[in-house]
Amino acid sequence: MEEILRINGISKRYDDITVLDHVSLSIKSGEVVVIVGPSGCGKSTLLRCVNSLENIQEGEILLNGESVNPGNKKPAALRQKIGMVFQSYELFPHKTVLQNLTLAPLKVKKTGRKEAEEEGLKLLERVGLLSRKDNYPSQLSGGQKQRVAIMRALMMHPEVLLLDEITAALDPEMVREVLEVVLSLAKEGRTMLIVTHELQFARAVADRMVFIDGGRIVEEGTPEEFFEHPRTERLRKFLHSFSYGE
Amino acid sequence: MDPEVLKSYLPRYAEAFLLTIKIGWLGIALAFVIGMLSAFVIHFRIPVLKRIAGYYVELFRNTPLLVQLFFIYFGLPKVGIVISAEACGVLGLGLLGGSYMSETFRSGLEAIPAAQKESALSLGMSRGQVFREIILPEALTISVPAIAANVIFLLKETSVFSAISLMDLMFTAKDLIGLYYDTTEALFMLVLFYTIMLLPVSILGSIAEKTVRGKMPGQ
Repeated sequence: MEEILRINGISKRYDDITVLDHVSLSIKSGEVVVIVGPSGCGKSTLLRCVNSLENIQEGEILLNGESVNPGNKKPAALRQKIGMVFQSYELFPHKTVLQNLTLAPLKVKKTGRKEAEEEGLKLLERVGLLSRKDNYPSQLSGGQKQRVAIMRALMMHPEVLLLDEITAALDPEMVREVLEVVLSLAKEGRTMLIVTHELQFARAVADRMVFIDGGRIVEEGTPEEFFEHPRTERLRKFLHSFSYGE
Repeated sequence: MDPEVLKSYLPRYAEAFLLTIKIGWLGIALAFVIGMLSAFVIHFRIPVLKRIAGYYVELFRNTPLLVQLFFIYFGLPKVGIVISAEACGVLGLGLLGGSYMSETFRSGLEAIPAAQKESALSLGMSRGQVFREIILPEALTISVPAIAANVIFLLKETSVFSAISLMDLMFTAKDLIGLYYDTTEALFMLVLFYTIMLLPVSILGSIAEKTVRGKMPGQ
């Protein structure tokens, strides 16, 4: 498998607070990398840097060998190739479900309306929301909104998909319907960089696990090594904080 | 109340009604444009212009329309600018309304969560597209109830136009009372015509609010 995304020693600072400290990560095409870590460790910031929503002070981010650091290239061109889904769904409230899906293809890629709508309907059918195509986001449940948001990102045919704690705002019974969509994307070979607190899900979906603490990558490895034989004390402690009654 | 008197007053009130509506709506249209421009320069922190807009909003929000009209109607000719009373009415209403509309639009723009913009950007949309397709429609949606309230408020403010000798509804009522002393009839017609002018606006405002309900951010 060839490398698709390379994060090369990036650092992110706000004034004198270092959020990311020389983080390096390489992601191969079709690989699913799951990042976990305590709140405020910098994992969401890392995703935002990859998508140029944050600028970085040091290092370099390469997509297919091309530098995508802010300033080097128009961020809009880069973002077309990198899809992102947010914790709070962020569907456009004044547009219907189908319009949410077709807006970017129509405006950015100049896809024909018919073609965009056909693809949108196909994706809605895939996540069981075809009957909701003319509803507004406010008429959907959180889980439905998030499934629409994932499909909206897919409409741009991104090479990499960034998922930023996409189940964190959901009621527990809706988490599964969203994670099943992500699992099916993993099965069809999508390249994904996922930040989550759902460790069981992480284990099921990940090809590789990454543990970030204090702005640095502390440990990374296969899900098996990661969960069964954590090498560092910090990761052991972190994993332990999720278990009860032991 | 004498129906014959009411009937005889009708043509004068109808004429005043049309004038009031004309100046009122032209003023409101101007207020819309001024308010939008002012809100944009304040929201996007455009240097220099943002300060001018800030002073403008505070000045016009904190002075009565009557005082503003006097300045425009009696003050401008002193510096060599002579405009008709009607133009003064439109300008005065536009400047007053602009300061209110500016605050309305600005709060609409500020109510949109930053993540909305980021999610649009992350789909590859340009900043201009994000503004046109996402931010502006959402800000306007949020502002609908406040815009409707502003429009009703501004139409009622037209009642001070009589002070610069515009023959609006208020002027007509005062004039007729002075001429014939049929106070009850004159005031009845005044209330009637203001209601005819404002009730449809109020109803349209409610309809607009219902239409946008469920399309606001954060739901």
